[in-house]
Amino acid sequence: MSSNYDNWKIRKKREALYTLKSIGKHKVQYAFLAPYAILFILFFIAPVVVSIFYSFTYYNVLNPPQFIGLTNYINLLLADDIFLISIQNTFMFAVITGPLGYMMSFLFAWLIHELPRFLRSVMVLIFYAPTISGQVYMIFATLFSSDSYGWANALLTNLGISSKTIYWLTDPKYMKVVIIIAILWTSLGSGFLSFIAGLQTVSEDQYEAGYVDGIKNRWQELWYITLPNMKPMLMFGAVMAITQSFGIAEVTMQLCGFPSTDYATRTVVEHLIDYGAYRFDMGYASAIATLLFLVMILSKKGVNALLNKVGT
Amino acid sequence: MSILKKRKPNRSRAGDFGVYFILIIFGTFFLIPLLFAINNAFKPLDEIFLFPPELFVNKPTMDNFADLFVLMGKTWVPFSRYIFNTVFITVVGTGGHLLVASMAAYVLSKYRFPGSRFFFNVVVTALMFSGYVTQIPNYLIMSKLHMIDTYWAVVIPAFAAPLGLFLMKQFMEQIPMTLIEAAKVDGAKEGRIFIQVVMPLVKPATLTLCIFSIQNLWNQRASNLIYAEELKTLPYALSQIVSGGQVARAGVSAAVTLFIMIVPLLFFVLAQNNIIETMASSGIKE
Repeated sequence: MSSNYDNWKIRKKREALYTLKSIGKHKVQYAFLAPYAILFILFFIAPVVVSIFYSFTYYNVLNPPQFIGLTNYINLLLADDIFLISIQNTFMFAVITGPLGYMMSFLFAWLIHELPRFLRSVMVLIFYAPTISGQVYMIFATLFSSDSYGWANALLTNLGISSKTIYWLTDPKYMKVVIIIAILWTSLGSGFLSFIAGLQTVSEDQYEAGYVDGIKNRWQELWYITLPNMKPMLMFGAVMAITQSFGIAEVTMQLCGFPSTDYATRTVVEHLIDYGAYRFDMGYASAIATLLFLVMILSKKGVNALLNKVGT
Repeated sequence: MSILKKRKPNRSRAGDFGVYFILIIFGTFFLIPLLFAINNAFKPLDEIFLFPPELFVNKPTMDNFADLFVLMGKTWVPFSRYIFNTVFITVVGTGGHLLVASMAAYVLSKYRFPGSRFFFNVVVTALMFSGYVTQIPNYLIMSKLHMIDTYWAVVIPAFAAPLGLFLMKQFMEQIPMTLIEAAKVDGAKEGRIFIQVVMPLVKPATLTLCIFSIQNLWNQRASNLIYAEELKTLPYALSQIVSGGQVARAGVSAAVTLFIMIVPLLFFVLAQNNIIETMASSGIKE
């Protein structure tokens, strides 16, 4: 028994020694990492840690935080009906717009990559334009306006489908659909650009080798050559898609109002903003952020597992 | 040099037609916001308030810009100062971010050392934490470091933005280790390998990082971090001008929207062209 323990102790010692040696051997690497690491810990890790700490306190920003244990979390999960609505909405938006937006980003990047050079530059600009110009909400507000000037209602009337006024942005029956369309319209952001750049780095030689090996059409080429070569960018795009789809708040606030009718499009981040910026309950807002954070980490793990299957 | 790319042998005509068809249909939708922003800036006031709004301008006018420049001339701090502030923040912030994040991305992608994988995972995870609740701790840390009310409150945290590191690391992962080892055999030190071997190979990623960073920093209002009037940013100053008169300044507001957009847009066009041009034929695989 004791010899087992001794063995274990010796092994641990050896490992520690090995780690120390390895640290010594990689001094240059640590020096390269140091500037980023220091700034990152200071301006990103520390605030996150402090926020997680706030989630166990009552903190109204004016007075120092008071420790209240799990009260915020208990209230959130058991007593806050609106939070439960917001979870449902966020999940629904995330599950629909996350994967769809992600696939759209890749699909369009890939289709654009097929074009001749000049057209390619133009198309990238056009598809990324909504992200730069940020006029999308105003246009959607007009498009789905409920008065007689709304383009969507006018179209339905002119086509003879329906002459009733549809309250796109205030009737819970339609709000979610409109929001989903608006989100998809703006989903070609950072993921899309990284795909465009990533497609440029797949070497032409591999495609040529592919012709020789009998890759018959563009779909086979996509699955066997392009996608496996793009794995790092696909991972990047996936993390961005998760971050964006769970972080939905601005679209819903801009289009459906804050709060929206019956909280029909209330999202988790909207709820967080409500408590953080309007009710000055930072502790509660931090608890919401922490829960959301945990869910996002879990979904990233799931996506990771999926992406490992690409190209097999 | 021919504009058209050589046809790939395994592409069907019907497929090509399909590609163009899909891109044109969706492209039209995606173009609307940009067209709207550009047209609005040239609309006379009565057209801006026209209901339903029209996409295209009927009687284009430069009045909105003329008004904007008059208002710019009336500010208490010379307007060029606001422009300088934002240019400074954008250039220094983006440059520093590129250097700091690329250096870290290089060692994280090409070496295994104690703590390297853990650190990278933490960076990617931190990306997901909601920025709304970290504002207060962030402010407290900056005020301890006496960074509040200086450019550095915006610039220094931008250096360590997780997005850039993540992007660079993913692209550098594609560089074969043999290339780096070959450079080492030739006697190159890590610093030289980084600058002369690694960075040129990830040019598309570099430019993409710059696009993200410029887009972010150029639009920074930073009104909660910078109070001194002479240090305020361009978007903040412009938003002050617009809010000075609600309805009467709707035209100016449209001009401001376009004015603010033009720099990131121009950079985007230049960078995209470059990404596509430089990498059209050369991959980084061996």
